[in-house]
Amino acid sequence: MGIKENNKYDIIIIGGGVIGCMLARFLSRYELHILLIEKESDIGSVTSAANTAIVHPGYDAIPDSLKAKLNVAANPMWDQLAAELQFAFERHGDYVVAIGKEELPKLDELLERGKKNGVPGMRRVSGEEMRQREPNINPAVSAAIWATSGGVCDPFGITIAAAENAIANGVTILRHTAFEDFIWDKTRIVGIKTTQGDFASRWVINAAGLFCDKVMHLANVHPEFNITPRKGEYFVLDRAQFTVNNVLFPVPTDISKGILVTTTVHGNTILGPNAQNIDNKDDKENTSQGLDEVFEGAKKLVPAINPRHIIAIFAGLRAGGNAPCLTPGCDYQHDFIIEIPEQVQGFINLGGIESPGLTASPAIAQYVIELMKDAGEHLKEKKNWNPIRPARPQFRHLTHAQREELIKRDARYGRVVCRCENVTEGEIVAEIHSPIPALTYDAIKRRTWLGTGRCQGGFDMPRVTAILARELGISQLEVSKKNSSSKFLYRSTKDAGGA
Amino acid sequence: MKIKNCDIAVIGSGPGGLAAALAARQNGAKEVLLIERDKEPGGILLQCIHNGFGVEIFKKDLPGPAYAQHFINEAEEAGVQFLLDTMVLEITKDKRIFASNKSEGMLEIQAKAIILAMGCRERTRAQVQLPGARPAGVYTAGTAQRWVNVEGFMPGKKFVILGSGDIGMIMARRLTFEGAKVERVLEIMPYLSGLMRNYVQCLQDFDIPLQMQHTIKRIIGNERVEAVETVAVDDHWQEVPGTEEVIACDTLLLSVGLIPENELSRQIDIQLDPLTSGPLVDNHFQTSAEGFFAAGNVVHVYDLVDWVTAAGLRAGESAARYASGELSCREKKIAIQHGKNVHHIIPHTLDPLSLQHGDEQLQMRVTKPLEQPVKVQVLDGEEVIASRTLPYARPGEMVTIELKAKHREQVEKAQHLTVQIIEKE
Repeated sequence: MGIKENNKYDIIIIGGGVIGCMLARFLSRYELHILLIEKESDIGSVTSAANTAIVHPGYDAIPDSLKAKLNVAANPMWDQLAAELQFAFERHGDYVVAIGKEELPKLDELLERGKKNGVPGMRRVSGEEMRQREPNINPAVSAAIWATSGGVCDPFGITIAAAENAIANGVTILRHTAFEDFIWDKTRIVGIKTTQGDFASRWVINAAGLFCDKVMHLANVHPEFNITPRKGEYFVLDRAQFTVNNVLFPVPTDISKGILVTTTVHGNTILGPNAQNIDNKDDKENTSQGLDEVFEGAKKLVPAINPRHIIAIFAGLRAGGNAPCLTPGCDYQHDFIIEIPEQVQGFINLGGIESPGLTASPAIAQYVIELMKDAGEHLKEKKNWNPIRPARPQFRHLTHAQREELIKRDARYGRVVCRCENVTEGEIVAEIHSPIPALTYDAIKRRTWLGTGRCQGGFDMPRVTAILARELGISQLEVSKKNSSSKFLYRSTKDAGGA
Repeated sequence: MKIKNCDIAVIGSGPGGLAAALAARQNGAKEVLLIERDKEPGGILLQCIHNGFGVEIFKKDLPGPAYAQHFINEAEEAGVQFLLDTMVLEITKDKRIFASNKSEGMLEIQAKAIILAMGCRERTRAQVQLPGARPAGVYTAGTAQRWVNVEGFMPGKKFVILGSGDIGMIMARRLTFEGAKVERVLEIMPYLSGLMRNYVQCLQDFDIPLQMQHTIKRIIGNERVEAVETVAVDDHWQEVPGTEEVIACDTLLLSVGLIPENELSRQIDIQLDPLTSGPLVDNHFQTSAEGFFAAGNVVHVYDLVDWVTAAGLRAGESAARYASGELSCREKKIAIQHGKNVHHIIPHTLDPLSLQHGDEQLQMRVTKPLEQPVKVQVLDGEEVIASRTLPYARPGEMVTIELKAKHREQVEKAQHLTVQIIEKE
């Protein structure tokens, strides 16, 4: 076949979103040679970087669905995961808020569903209590459900933490590497072709998110399965001017959990998402209709929100699938697919991993491991597996005394480059030289949170492009926002010529 | 942590901060510390290499860096201490400042008075909610200005500029000088938001089209800007269907307004004016927090640097008098309210006794263009205390009126004053 010896693996994971990275991390516990490929310039830069960042209790999912089982199984795993991988996670519960009397029956439905799904710690709070807990809430609130196991996290943070931990335990991650096709031996998949060459493997795992349908079709599995990208748009509010203290859901609709007003681990309040089915898997554009819909929807929960407090807008895509729930009697057409299909060997297929996919990710990884064991894979634990991924210091979260210590160790932590979020040169340099190096502006932004504040990078951008150029030994003209087609600058003013 | 003491600490060394530090020294403050986050003092003036600075106070037309250098030299000669490449992280009500830099680490600075001179920042794409993709090539005009004039890089070849703010118009000319093509400037309002002289000298003289009542409907291009879709708007800012036009470009610059930068002020709950986003100030430029003064664009956005300098000088003098115990904070203060056609007015309150020592200038912006002779009036109820006639009033240009010693008695007996700008009959 001509595959180089060092391109041979036990497992190849296609896709470096939160699911792929979590799989890599959990599988790295075993004596396996693992490769993860990601087509983009960075891991976790698509759906995992643009979502509502909620760790769901599990009362939303349809009972008996895989979504429900894995959501409820995963939720309690987050505390240990956050302690081991050291990403931002806060568990303060979440609320589903009924406005007016007509929404009250929906709360009973959710409570009932939560009970069926085995969600602990759910109770009803009165409108009066809700107004006390969240003074900004619509005064017409009639009642709410409080689910104590709800939480918020940094979704990119968990993705990169899992990926770094996987690398520390021997996993190889290749970015800029797009899957093209499978390599077959009769009905057995024995490797993949990619834009960076061929790789052999005993197992290939489809964790391709928005593109999982194409991957499984090439594996001759589920020709009827399709991903319909569902776009959600968001606003971010200035935390210095307006915040809510809680995660506030409206009562859900048939297709989505509705437009939330929610606090984040960064302290900002975000509004969104709406839900719009689209055709193009690369379309992450904000639209004026979508933004209007989100703002109006959010106002229903919190009438006091003010457009003057908006500091950022973004859009993300959910990888919505059409897989039926396999539990007999459960009529649900949008379940997760997680399987080892019978007709193909060497293939582990994941599909339709939309919300609550982020929440469920550690349970999904465990589930895949169980499937592999059932399929006869002998998984031997490594003796020296290290579950801990040490976080790098974040200046803005330190006390003045801790800052003093950090600057003594490395003076570059004394220079603040992002004025709104107080991100220092030391942090930027650390990310550029981290296990998954940040090579673009957006990669640094996702890792350090610089450029996300009130001035949206207006202050830091020329400083960061200079630091990136210096650290990477390239010209500032080569520094880019996302990849080689998105460079910031065009030429030096000292060069003759022009347009 | 290293601890420093001083009489006056000034946060920000743009024109407001430089003038404030200088005046503080000139008015008897012993130790005046000027803190700047950039490597050199001067603030945004350093990237404003065009001329047009100093016409009012020097009667000379200087480029920004030369204007800044004049005050840097004066401040140095006056014994102001500069603390550069240092970011202020926190201020406290008891007038401590926590800051960091590379050479000294964390610093704690205890001052007797603090002058806030953080300037302003540019409004961004998100704040005007521009739909479309998020490619490289969407920059605020000021960021592009820093790249071109300080760092020495051109951020694109073919530009569209949204907003007729002064920085945007000045950048249109600057980019043209550098060989770029500026396709057009769009302004959502039916009037200019910057100065008329910048329109004439930067757009008209270079045949750069300005489209009033137009905005961007969509930014096109996933990786780098490929085009923008523009659209006309009506008098209620609603898009006019059928007027869409796609303009190919690789860069979109935004010059859509400036906001005083008061994140530090918020830390100690200094009261802010929602109309200016700056602190409420009295005529000494003292804020609602005793011993905290504010100088320049941190208060409200000025049209000319000369007036920023004047405001800084006043704030510095006041802070020095406060530090020496000379400036009492307990005088009766008269509120000044904005009346007809006035968007906002500075100061918010006036100590009538000040009129014994000199004239007090009231500074305001008009809400809409009044292209005919207008009267600026200071009223006590129905009664006109002071009045001034101007040939016109435009939102891009600050309007002022002075109260003098002769107005003191009338001001003293007023419940509050109202200032209005009305068309002259």
